[in-house]
Amino acid sequence: MSIFGIPTAALFGQLLLGLINGAFYAVLSLGLALIFGLLNIINFTHGAQYMMGAFVAWWLLSFAGLGYWPALIVAPIAVGITGVVMERLFLRRLYHLDHLYGLLLTFGLALIIEGAFRQMYGISGMPYQVPQSLTGVWNLGFMFLPVYRGWVVLASLIVCIGTWLLIEKTKLGAYLRAATENPTLVQAFGINVPRMVMLTYGFGAGLAALAGVMAAPIYSVNPLMGSNLIITVFAVVVIGGMGSIMGSVLTGFGLGLVEGLTKVFYPEASSTVIFVIMAIVLLIKPAGLFGRA
Amino acid sequence: MLSSRKTGWIVIAALLVLAVLAPFLGFYTVFLMKILCFGLFAAAFNLLIGYVGLLSFGHAAFFGMAAYVTGHSAKVWGLTPELAILAGTATAAVLGTAFGWLAIRRMGIYFAMVTLALAQMVFFFCLQAPFTHGEDGIQAIPRGELFGLISLRDNDVMYYFVLAIFCFGLWLVWRAVNSPFGQVLKAIRENEQRAVSLGYRTEHYKLVAFVMSATISGLAGGTKALVFQLASLTDVHWHTSGEVVLMSLMGGLGTVFGPVIGAALVVTIQNKLAQLGAWVTIIQGIIFVVVVLLFRRGILGELQALLDRRKAKAGG
Repeated sequence: MSIFGIPTAALFGQLLLGLINGAFYAVLSLGLALIFGLLNIINFTHGAQYMMGAFVAWWLLSFAGLGYWPALIVAPIAVGITGVVMERLFLRRLYHLDHLYGLLLTFGLALIIEGAFRQMYGISGMPYQVPQSLTGVWNLGFMFLPVYRGWVVLASLIVCIGTWLLIEKTKLGAYLRAATENPTLVQAFGINVPRMVMLTYGFGAGLAALAGVMAAPIYSVNPLMGSNLIITVFAVVVIGGMGSIMGSVLTGFGLGLVEGLTKVFYPEASSTVIFVIMAIVLLIKPAGLFGRA
Repeated sequence: MLSSRKTGWIVIAALLVLAVLAPFLGFYTVFLMKILCFGLFAAAFNLLIGYVGLLSFGHAAFFGMAAYVTGHSAKVWGLTPELAILAGTATAAVLGTAFGWLAIRRMGIYFAMVTLALAQMVFFFCLQAPFTHGEDGIQAIPRGELFGLISLRDNDVMYYFVLAIFCFGLWLVWRAVNSPFGQVLKAIRENEQRAVSLGYRTEHYKLVAFVMSATISGLAGGTKALVFQLASLTDVHWHTSGEVVLMSLMGGLGTVFGPVIGAALVVTIQNKLAQLGAWVTIIQGIIFVVVVLLFRRGILGELQALLDRRKAKAGG
């Protein structure tokens, strides 16, 4: 069986890979959008936090014998705590300044973290086994789906929808949205905005770490895994605009699929297609597909 | 007491004399040429962040592409060095026009992300294009004969050629900043809406500044390719974009000579710590954090502020 001369197995295989990349784009851009909404900072450390998540999972397995499922909970919390500390020590001092300083500071922190991990582990990756319970493949009739990959797509969808519900449908989310619009007023109502800002940054960092743990069995665990990804995620964010949460999720998954399709039909352009789309979107709708001008 | 303007000129003249005499004073000229190339690159970058307030995170694209084109045209087409550098600079100008045209549609943080993403596209292009030779880069680029007459093989001769290019580039930056055009740029930085309401078409000014900055970055990149006889993926990597931000920030944003001081420091750190591998990255990260938190004006900016305070005290 084939479509446009491409065997369907190859086509669906690449589409699945694209969907998985898209899942990571979605979770990471979701975290970036959350942090940007409340802190007005583009978190350059996001890639490093994703990488740290994968490393925490690897450490847990190598030194404590704790497998994938505990890591899925412990790593985001651990990285989230480092995020909270970072916010307390550094980011807090910059809120009154131009937003660019936040970008520069988080860039510096990303260099420190990445350099430290490179110093300890070099640049070759370390393997992380797929958990026992998620090995094997499902036969879907038209293709074979490795169980773990299906899980990653499903889990990131759950995370994205969960975050969306948290922000749109709960009281905490309402405070958060209000503080994004007008922090001074929300504070006047007796809500501790600085603490909310701190926890939001921790939550965003935790989301990145969660993506890192999920990525560990698919890509190898290595110090540079985050910095390569984060630049693509920036392009995704520019395309989607950071105005809406659902917008960044849809853009993430959509662009992953486009990238997968490009790999099938014109592999040479697969690493640049997202940047080309970004250029086109800038021409047609500069504020981004879901952004507010 | 001398006015600060006069003091500035004296310092510049003294530095120029020192630069001309440097090969006779036993300085290692290859190291000096590296400082000059990156100093010019940082000054060009600073034209954008320091005077228009636009943070580009993708200047490595112009620097690196110019290095590749200069290397290719000197090695494969056999152009003389000045024409090879011109070809590289022209490439950077074209690329800068395209990227600038796209990027100035967004401001602030988005501008930084857009330039970073566009530069990453150039990186992937260079990784795949055959003429860049992938991971190896273009090696053993001949320095050739200047105007077909003067051989640049000797490092000291090359040094004077590079010094001339550096002075010309820096003069261009200085001239642009201290002109009515530069005043408009500063007005845009301070308050774009007001500049618009005064009748300035700010997009045009921003685009021209962007193209100038990209072009001079290309001049620096092309020169660098001839100095080291190498154009590689490092030149187009986002790390280089980050380094040039660090140089300008450390030296002082919005000063013409600050970025050169920053470049000298960053290059020195790289050379001293080259064997320590990833430590260079860690130290650069620490400098970023310290400068952003404590000395946002940079070395030259802090120095100027200190002198101004002294003068105010002496005067009042």
